[in-house]
Amino acid sequence: MEDVIVVIGGGPAGMEAALSLAGRGHKVYIVEKTNALGGHLARWDRLFPQQDPAQEILNDMLAGIKNADDKIEVICNAQVQSVKKRMRGLEVMLSNQKMILADAVLVCCGFDLFRAERKEEYGYGIYDNVLTSADLEERFKHKKVLCADGRVPEKVAFVHCVGSRDEKVDHTYCSKVCCVTAVKQACEIKELYPQAEVFNLYMDLRMFDRYFEQMYHKAQSHYGVHFVRGRLSEVSETADGRLQIKTEDTLLGRPMKITVDMLVLMVGMQACAQTEELSEKLDLKVSASDHFFETKDLFLKGNYAHTKGIFLAGACTGPKSLPDTLQDARSAAESIHRYLTA
Amino acid sequence: MKDFGFGIKKSGVIDLDKADMSLMREIAAEEPSFLHCFYCGTCTATCSAGKYTGFNLRRLQLLIKRGQLDEVSERISECMLCGKCQWVCPKGVNTRHVVMLVNKKLHARKIR
Repeated sequence: MEDVIVVIGGGPAGMEAALSLAGRGHKVYIVEKTNALGGHLARWDRLFPQQDPAQEILNDMLAGIKNADDKIEVICNAQVQSVKKRMRGLEVMLSNQKMILADAVLVCCGFDLFRAERKEEYGYGIYDNVLTSADLEERFKHKKVLCADGRVPEKVAFVHCVGSRDEKVDHTYCSKVCCVTAVKQACEIKELYPQAEVFNLYMDLRMFDRYFEQMYHKAQSHYGVHFVRGRLSEVSETADGRLQIKTEDTLLGRPMKITVDMLVLMVGMQACAQTEELSEKLDLKVSASDHFFETKDLFLKGNYAHTKGIFLAGACTGPKSLPDTLQDARSAAESIHRYLTA
Repeated sequence: MKDFGFGIKKSGVIDLDKADMSLMREIAAEEPSFLHCFYCGTCTATCSAGKYTGFNLRRLQLLIKRGQLDEVSERISECMLCGKCQWVCPKGVNTRHVVMLVNKKLHARKIR
């Protein structure tokens, strides 16, 4: 008899794990709360570090799932209502009243983007020309990034660490992907509008992964992006609808101000809204420090939840880049396969 | 009028809207490695002139990029062009060439 796995969440982690599990001969149900697979990937334009189109990566994954439709069943517009332990495995009840007897459950509920409105001093939702990195990505898809009045921006500033490394919003952790995304987006603004002056306001530049440092180097040397070490303190609108921003150039030890046409807030990752609910239904542990799910350990049991038969993958266990998420999903599939065949 | 020393103090705020970025552009055009600096401070740590004067090449490069040319012109002559900074720079910035270009271009502007 084939083993049955319920995957909660149809983003990149859930899709990749489902593909790996199906490849090992297991039956997989992907339960997705929205009406389509893809998660945040579906809303992105190009991916760091080499500007691959997000849509192509997503299409490849969707094609894989379609090919494996004898093994993978996708259930959209549904959520997990309850999970009960049975003699053998787990009884998963969905919001559409469908019941699945599963041998294992994999939680891939991902992350939410930080709501930039919470940093009121940064003016998101107040001033028209303040965007988030996700808003900008949406505009890159249309190859047009214009100010609210239709002008091409002459000066654009990116603010790193919005909703990350910030005790005021209870997010003390680094979201990992915003630094490199800011460098990517700064370069993309210069590609689109070579005359624009672009400023990146950072606290530390965390260019930790392969090709990231080269991206930073290219942003400086080829695109002439200005990097300013200092966190944005506040922004205010000028009479002509531009934005005056204040920071300290901490490498010079002097306060600095500049007027820009557009301000982009690099919003970080936070535990998804369903975290608490799922933690109760599946008896999962949530970290008191960052509010993401805890795994059994960070090494050999990095995909095991504390409850038997339940596994975790992707950004629901902390901020991850897309390559990290995909690898984590494959590793979760391996862990589940070992658990089922032990 | 008697001067009691209550003059108007110049603001310490860098106003990038009014900053003179022309020197940065000219140096970057002639010495592209000028843009490669990531402000690690190795140059300043090894600088002989910096031991005895306030000369700080890391800071100086940044001041040029922020268009603060007054402070640059006050300090640039302290460099002895020994070139140790270039030996230690992990980004391969041609620091001596940068200093020579700064001298030349500030002269041309008659700032120095």
